[in-house]
This record gives sequence, C-alpha cells and structure tokens, in this order.
Amino acid sequence: MKTNSGLRNVLILLPLWLGVLTVAALAADQCLECHSSWEEGLDAPSVQFQQDIHSKAGLSCASCHGGDPTLDDMDAVRKSKGYKGVPGAKEVNQFCASCHSNPAYMVKFNPSLPTDQLDKYKTSVHGKRLFEQGDTKVATCISCHTAHSIQPAAEPTSAVYPINIPKTCANCHADADYMSGYGITTDQHEKYIRSVHGRALLDKKDISAPACNDCHGNHGATPPGVTSLSAVCGLCHTLIADNFAKSPHKEAFDAMGYPECETCHSNHLIEKPKMHWVGVSDSSLCVQCHAPDDGTGGYVAAARIYETLVNINSIYNAALARIDTADMKGMLVTDERFALNEVKQAIIQTGTAVHTFDPEAVSKVAEPGITSAQNIAIQGEKKIEEYYFRRKGLGIATLLITILVIAIYLRIKSIEK
Amino acid sequence: MADKIARENRLFHWVDERLHIQTLVDYMSHKVVPQHSHSFWYYFGGISLFFFVVQVVTGILLLLYYRPGADSAYESVKFIISEVSFGWLIRSIHSWSANLMILAAFIHMFSVFFTHAYRKPREMTWVTGIFLLALALAFGFSGYLLPWNELSFFATRVGTGMAGAIPGVGDFLMKLMRGGEDVTGATIGRFFGLHVAVLPGVFAVLLSLHLFFIQRQGMSEPLEWAANPQFKKYRPFFPNFIMRELLVWLIMLNLLAVLAVFFPDGIGVVHWPLGQKADPFAPPPPVIRPEWYFMFAFQALKVLPAHLLFIEGELAGIIILTAGGIVWTLIPFLAGKFSSGKKPTLIIAFGWAVLAFIAVLTILGYILE
Amino acid sequence: MDEIRDDRRNFLNWLIGGGLVAFLGSVFYPVYRYVIPPPSGEANVSQVKLPFKLKELQEDEKKSRIFKFGRNVGIILITPENELKAFNAVCTHLDCTVQYRKDLSIIWCACHNGRYDLEGRNISGPPPRPLTAYTVHLDNATGDIFVAEAKG
Repeated sequence: MKTNSGLRNVLILLPLWLGVLTVAALAADQCLECHSSWEEGLDAPSVQFQQDIHSKAGLSCASCHGGDPTLDDMDAVRKSKGYKGVPGAKEVNQFCASCHSNPAYMVKFNPSLPTDQLDKYKTSVHGKRLFEQGDTKVATCISCHTAHSIQPAAEPTSAVYPINIPKTCANCHADADYMSGYGITTDQHEKYIRSVHGRALLDKKDISAPACNDCHGNHGATPPGVTSLSAVCGLCHTLIADNFAKSPHKEAFDAMGYPECETCHSNHLIEKPKMHWVGVSDSSLCVQCHAPDDGTGGYVAAARIYETLVNINSIYNAALARIDTADMKGMLVTDERFALNEVKQAIIQTGTAVHTFDPEAVSKVAEPGITSAQNIAIQGEKKIEEYYFRRKGLGIATLLITILVIAIYLRIKSIEK
Repeated sequence: MADKIARENRLFHWVDERLHIQTLVDYMSHKVVPQHSHSFWYYFGGISLFFFVVQVVTGILLLLYYRPGADSAYESVKFIISEVSFGWLIRSIHSWSANLMILAAFIHMFSVFFTHAYRKPREMTWVTGIFLLALALAFGFSGYLLPWNELSFFATRVGTGMAGAIPGVGDFLMKLMRGGEDVTGATIGRFFGLHVAVLPGVFAVLLSLHLFFIQRQGMSEPLEWAANPQFKKYRPFFPNFIMRELLVWLIMLNLLAVLAVFFPDGIGVVHWPLGQKADPFAPPPPVIRPEWYFMFAFQALKVLPAHLLFIEGELAGIIILTAGGIVWTLIPFLAGKFSSGKKPTLIIAFGWAVLAFIAVLTILGYILE
Repeated sequence: MDEIRDDRRNFLNWLIGGGLVAFLGSVFYPVYRYVIPPPSGEANVSQVKLPFKLKELQEDEKKSRIFKFGRNVGIILITPENELKAFNAVCTHLDCTVQYRKDLSIIWCACHNGRYDLEGRNISGPPPRPLTAYTVHLDNATGDIFVAEAKG
C-alpha cells in the first residue's frame, strides 16, 4: 500500500517535473532571454518565433542562426562556433534549404513534405533573377513564408493559406514603385479580386477557388505559357478544356500564338461570361477575328451558336416569368421551380459546349433544356389558368348562393307579412 | 297537389307512429325568439355552430389524405394542396373556418355577457359554452402543428414550452404534451389524436348539452323586459328564425369561399402558408408568434417583469390568467341577483375591462414584435 | 289577388328548390372531385419508388440515372461490383449535378472537375464535403427500386 502511494506520488509529480525541465531548457536559451527583453518592436523575432512551426517542432534560434545559445554574452555568441548571423537575400534560400532540401533530416519532422523547393525555386522567375542576375529585390523564402512566424499552408493564419495568398503576392506585385523596371503591370491583384475566382476565394471563402499560385505555381513560379494555358485552366474546367482541344481553334490559336483561354476570357480579371461575347454583333469577340468571307465558316457558326444561347436563355426566362406570375397569384409552384434547376444545368452545359465552336454540338446539348423549359412554361401557364378557373368557379358559386339568399329573403318577407 | 300532401302525411305518420315526433313538432312550432334591438346578437351562436359543422366536414375530407408523422405530415399536406383536386380549397376553408369559428364564438360569448343572458336559469349554458370555447382553442393549438412546417413547429415549441413554466407539474405537463423532451414526430401523433378523436368526442358531448339547454330554456330575454312587459315582442322560431339563420349561414359559406379563393394562405396575421418543412436544427424564423386568439395571453406573459413580488413573472402570469379564466367561468354565480330594471354596472365594467385587456394586449403583441 | 300571391309563392318555392339544388351542386362538385384519388396516389414521403426498374438501369449505357428525390436530385448507379448505390446528386461545391463515370469508377462533377469515390467521399477537386448517401432497397420480384433517406 505504502509503495503504491509512493509510486502514485511520483507519477503525479512526473508532468510537473517535465514542466520544470522544459522551463529550465528554455531559460537556458540565452538568445530568447536577451532578445525578448529588448524594447517593443526589436523583440519581434523572439515573440513571433514562439508561434512559429519551427519552434513548435522543438527548434531554437540557434538551429538556423547558429552560435551557442548557452552563452549570455553577445560578443561571445558572435565569436562562437557556427554563428551565421542575419542572412541576406542571397543567403536566405540556402539558409532554409540546408534543412528543407535534406530528405534524411526532414523525414524526422514531416515525411510527407517535399524537399525540392529550392530546385523548383531556381527554375522560377524569382530564382533565375536572383541566382543568374544577382537581383536581390526578388521574392525569397521569407518574402512569402515570413521569417519568424512561419505557419504550414493549411493554417488559416498562415501567409500562404489560400485566402491570404493574393495579398502576400500583392505585397510586391501591386507596388508600382517596387515593381518599376521589371516591365510588368501591377494591377493583377486589383483585377483578380474583381474576377469570378477572386470573389469566390475572398468573398465566399471557397478555398477551392484558384489563388495566384494555382495557376502560376508555388516555388517554381512561372507564368503559364501560351500553349500550357488550357492545361492550367483545364485542371478544374475539364470539359471545357477537352472541348477546346478538339475544336478547330486549338490549332489556329497555337499557330497564331494566341493564348488559349485568355484570348476571350482575359487572365486576371476573369468575368462571368456574357452571352453577347458570342455571335456577330459589334460587342462579340468572334468578329474580332472572323469575317463573313474568311473561309473558315466561323462567322456563320458564331451566329448560330449565339442563336442557340439566346434561345435557351429566353425560354428559361419566359418559363421563369410564367412561374413567377403564378406564384404571385398565390399558386403553389415549388415543383415547377425545382424543375427549372434542370434547365439551369442545361444552360451551364450549353455554355460548356460553346467551346466546341460547333453549332450542331451546342444545340444538341441545349435541346433537352429547351424542351423541359417549354414544358415548365406550359405548367406555369396551367397554374395561371387554374387561378382564373378558381375565380370563375367562385363567381358561379357566389351567384347561386346569392340567388338562394334572395329567394329565402323574399320567402321570409312573405311569411312575416 | 292533394296527392302530394297526402303522401307527405303518410310519411309523417309512418315516422310519428314509431318515434312520436308530433310532440316535438308541437314544441318547435310554439318556440319563439324574442325580437328587440339586440336580436342581432342571437345569430352568433348559430354562426359558431355553422363554422363547427364546416370544420367537421372539411376535417373529415382532409383525413382522407393527411398522414400524421414527421416523415409524412408535411408531405401529405403538400400533396393535398398541390395534387388533390380542390385540396387547396378544403385546406383553406378548414383554416379560415377555424379562425372564424373562434372569432364568432368570442363575439357570441361577449354578447351573452353584456346582455346578461348567463343569469339564472342559464348558468350551465354559460359554463358549457366557456368549456366549448376552451376546446375550440385546444382544437386550434393542436391543429396548428399538424402540417409540420417551420412556422407550426416553432410556434408549438414556444407554446408547449410555456406550460413548462408551471411549477411542479410544468415539466411533466410539457413532456406529456410533447411526447418527449422536444417537439418531434411523437408530438404530431399526440396532437393528431387530440385533434381528430379526443377533442371532437368531448366537444360533441358538450355541444349537445349546450344546444339542449338552449332548446329547453329558450332564448334569454332582455333585462328591461321584466319591468316593461309592454315591450315584449316575439318571432316564431320555425320557420321565421330558422330561415333567417339559414340566410346567415349561406352568407357565411360564401364568405368562406371568397376568402379561400382570394387568400388561400390567409392574410396579414392570420396566415398559414405551408412554407418549408419543419427542421428542428434550422434557425427559428425571426418572428415566432402564436395564433391571434392566443396573442393576448402570450403578450401578457411577455410584458410581465422577470419577478413579480416573490414569484417568477411567467408563473405569475399563468396564475393570473388562470384565475381570470375561473372567475370568468363562474360569472353567473358571482354576479349575484339581478333585480329587474337595474343595470348591473359593476359586471358591465368588469366585462369592458376584460375586453379592453384582451384587445390592448393583442394589439400590443403585434406592434411590439 | 290570392292567385297572384299563390303564383308568387309557387315561384319562390321553385326558386328556393332550384337554388338549393344548384347550391348543393356547387358544394358537392369540389367535394366529389376531392375524394377522387389523384393519379400519383399518395404523398411521397422520405422513401421514393424510382420511375424505372432495375432492368432499365442495367441496360443503361451509363449504368446510372438521375432521379427526383423530394426537393433534391438523386443519382443511382451500379458499381463495378454490381452494387446499387444512391446519393444526393448535388455537388457540394457549387450545386451542379454530378454524374457517374463508369470508366473511372468515380462520381464526377463536370463543372469544376470535382471527384467523389463510389462511397460519395470527395477525393479530389473543389468539393468540400462528401455527397449525402441514400439507402437503396430492391424488390427482387418486380425489379422496383426504392430509395430512402439514410437513417441516423
């Protein structure tokens, strides 16, 4: 009994002991000891580092910066073995890579984390400028990941979490002064946030919507080339990319050096497609290349595809208007409204089929939607007729009751006379 | 012509031989209804009765397709109003008639009160009438849940929750009504049984008594007539009064049809759109309100402070309302003797106070929500 | 004079009788129509009988069909292991209707290349959540397929 309780005491005290040991170990890190006592602002690295993933993995300042953390004298630290100090733009990548490019070392922490970031970085525009031209203004590891508050990309507080990425890139790319001399625009972020993708990601917090890196790559950041564009967009827009690849435009665009999707949809400011982009009106995109007599048949095809699009949309709107009218008249139209979803799907599919640029294919896809929209419009019409039927029925019943009421009234009068 | 009369007589004799209805006919033919400037109010009892009959008929029709249960109640009501021919009409008339029945019953009650028709010997008629009104309210409360839509679910949750505030038995009572901790499919089963079996049974017995008393005692005469017999004037019950009633009923039926066609889902605060199916986990709609005839009680409980003297406000409210209801029921016994020709001013003042209480709280309830 | 009164009375009686008959007609017509069961028989509840039989599904080139399930769209499919599976067919990403890709053994959403496995779990692409699974019952004798909301 006695031994038992003794053992229990030890067990209870064990966590406490561990705690004391940890505190002792931390206290032993003289880097933090000094740096955290500096005035506000200058103590930032030591404060931020406490939330850093490296700190949580058990690494200390010395793990990256070198030096002997047991020494409490700055001069002594500087003279101590392996002290690396603060890395410059050129050294910092190597600084991180010393661990992150070492699979044997990284496997101890996160076996699933790739170790090819530096290799990829060297192929990127950023990496090339840095290593080949010595341009130190380019983004390095810490430009995106921060220096001392590094978080895994899956953490919502991380600078490289999908929702935060546009801002992280915009730190440099939206700064006209900083970007001057590179010959590229600085309006990408401003355009992106107005695009369908930017609104999905930033407003609706749909983290599956593409941020900058989903098209441009992460460490191997490269603008997608003219011919690889449909591969990038096709990651999500598969059917559209398939349709496009099989279409006559694929070859024509490649031959003329037109970027595939971008030619019509632009790049950063991708809008919800408008019907009038197709067709032969002045605002159509088709007529920017196609003329009635260009021998491709594209002009005629554009007109016919536009006709199909207008057709399915106008029939959809007509059906919707019927149903709205019936609804306003107090008729129950939930089933009809539900059926309209099917037409909506057909409209989306028709939009997808537009990328075949084949009028036959487009109208084949649109056909079922048009038929079902017509049926819904008929149903809506029936509901409206039903509404008037009810009133007519009521009118007849009221008439009959009124006659009866008058007759009974007269009868009462005659009885009481 | 003579043949026809003879035939009618033969039929009459055939029935009379077996059931002795001649005495009944004699009785009815001697029955009279007082005729005066307030005779108008006599019709409201008949109107309430008419709406009740409409309720029975449309209720039975709804039963053909309605299926209680959390998985089927909403679906079957939707089926009734969207797929069954004239289903919308039957449901709408059932709902309109329910509301109008309670309105007519309230008017009937207050008209009886202000004409002091409850006085001796009609005490039991008054008491059965009050019970009938209470049953009608129970009909309304139990029927409201049956479509199992969002509106009805949350209103029933709040309504049954109030019963939980009664000390001691409150929790038990709430569980008893809900058939569990919360409003679920089990609650539909209970409310359905109550609505189509228990309440109609009890209602039928009380209604028979109520009508029997009226037939036995005849219509109450105005107080003033006792002192001034020269004003007395009567109208034969059959056929004069009954024809007039028939007239009123036809107009009421027409009114129901007009309301059902023009406002199938009700209008304003008397509103019963089917909407979405009840979802216990969905956020409650911004406004949960009881039906208009419960509004004054609901509002009374809401305006009371959290603590009244040493008891909880809501509990105090329930006690006050219950006490009020008991006093109201016992009015014929508390009113004392009526001396002829003297107006019972205290009673009239009390009636107006009750009416004002109900009216003000009801209006407040809708304004403050 | 008496005759005129009699005539008037007869006319009134006739009017009341005729009016009564017509009135009863206008009351009983809706009631009569109401009691006649509508074609769909009874209210659909949380279980639906699919409007096609097993054989039709087996013969379907895509080995799957879309069906209406209450307020939702459902998809039923025959897996390579010859199992019947049914799900809510609304993609959890942006509400497109998903389809069965027999060639890939996945459920696929064409809108943004969202993929689900044959248990309805989202395996790649934008969908944030799995598809809701339904329970399938098969009447072996008739080939009727019943789909119900999964319990629990």
